[in-house]
Amino acid sequence: MEDAFGLSSEFVGLRNFTDVLEDPEYVSTVLFTLFFSVMVTLFSLSLALLLAVQVNEVLTGAGVYKTFLMWAYAIAPPAAGLVGSLLFSPLMGDLYNGINALGFDFNHTRDGSDAIFVVVLISVWKQLSINFIFFLSGLQGIPASVQEAARIDCPGSIKRFWTVTFPLLAPTTFFLLVINTTYAFFETFGVIDLTTRGGPAGSTTTLVYKIYQDGFLGADLGGSAAQSVILMLFVICLTIIQFRYVDKKVHY
Amino acid sequence: MSKPWTRTVIRHGILIMGTLIMVLPLWIALMSSTHTPETLFKEGLQFFPGGHGWETYKAIIGGNDDLSTPAWRMLLNSLVLGLGFAIGKIIISTIAAYALVYFRFPLATPLFWMIFATLLLPLEVRIIPSYEVVAQLELLNSYAGLIVPLIASATGTFFFRQFYRSVPGELMEAARMDGAGPVRFFIDILLPLSSTILAAIFIIMFVVGWNQYLWPLLMTTDTDYYTVVIGIRQMFQTINEGGDLPQFNIAFGLTILATIPPVLVVVIFQRMFIKGLVETEK
Repeated sequence: MEDAFGLSSEFVGLRNFTDVLEDPEYVSTVLFTLFFSVMVTLFSLSLALLLAVQVNEVLTGAGVYKTFLMWAYAIAPPAAGLVGSLLFSPLMGDLYNGINALGFDFNHTRDGSDAIFVVVLISVWKQLSINFIFFLSGLQGIPASVQEAARIDCPGSIKRFWTVTFPLLAPTTFFLLVINTTYAFFETFGVIDLTTRGGPAGSTTTLVYKIYQDGFLGADLGGSAAQSVILMLFVICLTIIQFRYVDKKVHY
Repeated sequence: MSKPWTRTVIRHGILIMGTLIMVLPLWIALMSSTHTPETLFKEGLQFFPGGHGWETYKAIIGGNDDLSTPAWRMLLNSLVLGLGFAIGKIIISTIAAYALVYFRFPLATPLFWMIFATLLLPLEVRIIPSYEVVAQLELLNSYAGLIVPLIASATGTFFFRQFYRSVPGELMEAARMDGAGPVRFFIDILLPLSSTILAAIFIIMFVVGWNQYLWPLLMTTDTDYYTVVIGIRQMFQTINEGGDLPQFNIAFGLTILATIPPVLVVVIFQRMFIKGLVETEK
């Protein structure tokens, strides 16, 4: 089935795939990618939702808030990565010394979990804007009559949010889940490349980063191509989930 | 029930915090870029202007030892990539969508599914074959090699297809009665109708193109073809390699230069951009 793209001089059948899947490094990469995308999605979605709800409720200054909260959409991931890594960098020292003064032994260039923390933080920061935009559009799409009725039936604002508003945002939320997962898989390449290069010791290597490392730095084209195919299958699964869901959404 | 005004205060508190978190990094980068590398090395990050901004930006745009390419050249490359990507994508997707919606031709359905399949193949997935094809065509280090493989995806096609389907069929019939051919109808009626959508998609695609990273990284080994985003990476490597004094001001300044154009586009065309983003993605 798989076209070898004229790359492999010798046909090895499925050996590339078995090699990849049996490689413990690959397994840990898969696990990290999953963990990473869950963290990024969870935090950026919840923070964006919080901010969008607030902007939707305030009367003064909503426009200003909106502009400032959405500008980061346009920043390139590597730019965010560079600034972020310099903020935490031992070379610049400010945040680095601050965190260590609190008693942490923090160094994202040496310690795996610190590196993960920094990469997640920058990725969440970068992704906040787009989630914010979608949540706000979703909130503004809720008909005024529904909001009025909810206000009368349910005076407590927090309870009202969870029983009325949030269910109405369900389509937006699900859609954003898919988008954010894709983002964590693919778009974070630039952030990771500029903050940790997948290190220390592979602790922040995502699937895409590994394809790049193996194929273009390690010159293992076969293994890298096999990984690409596995990644593609994953994306297809995601898309199928998304489409089944969109079909359901039509009933709204 | 808390009092309305306390709630308002809490709301604004949350929003101000959020805004600060979003803006501070950019502010620090901007301010730090106006200091000398010595100051940055001794005192760390800066929160206030340092008075050396002019020198920094002159050095970046004109070129200096730590930069492989002067920034004017990189900005130009980024502009070519952003515009080329946006224009190419719009041309291809409008025409493809037009064919799919208005014409009955053999193999239309399989073709549609083929286009659809490209959606499942982000560039990262087809990176090795794409690279190989471009290398064989000897298009490495050229604008064509940089832009064309990126355009090959169906995101825009879908959207225009949906939009054209919402255009009433009577319009086409009326145009035919008046003797307009298919090309005429497309250019004189359909495109003007979709002008707001075109603009919105153009903005989004420009930003996406400008910020491309992985592909240019593999494609451009010749520093003349570096985009700003790649320049950031190269600058960062220079800093990490140590050597004498790390040029933090140059690194921050370059980041600012790379960020300003797409951010301006997004902020100025905020309304269009949001509309386009929310519409296309659904």
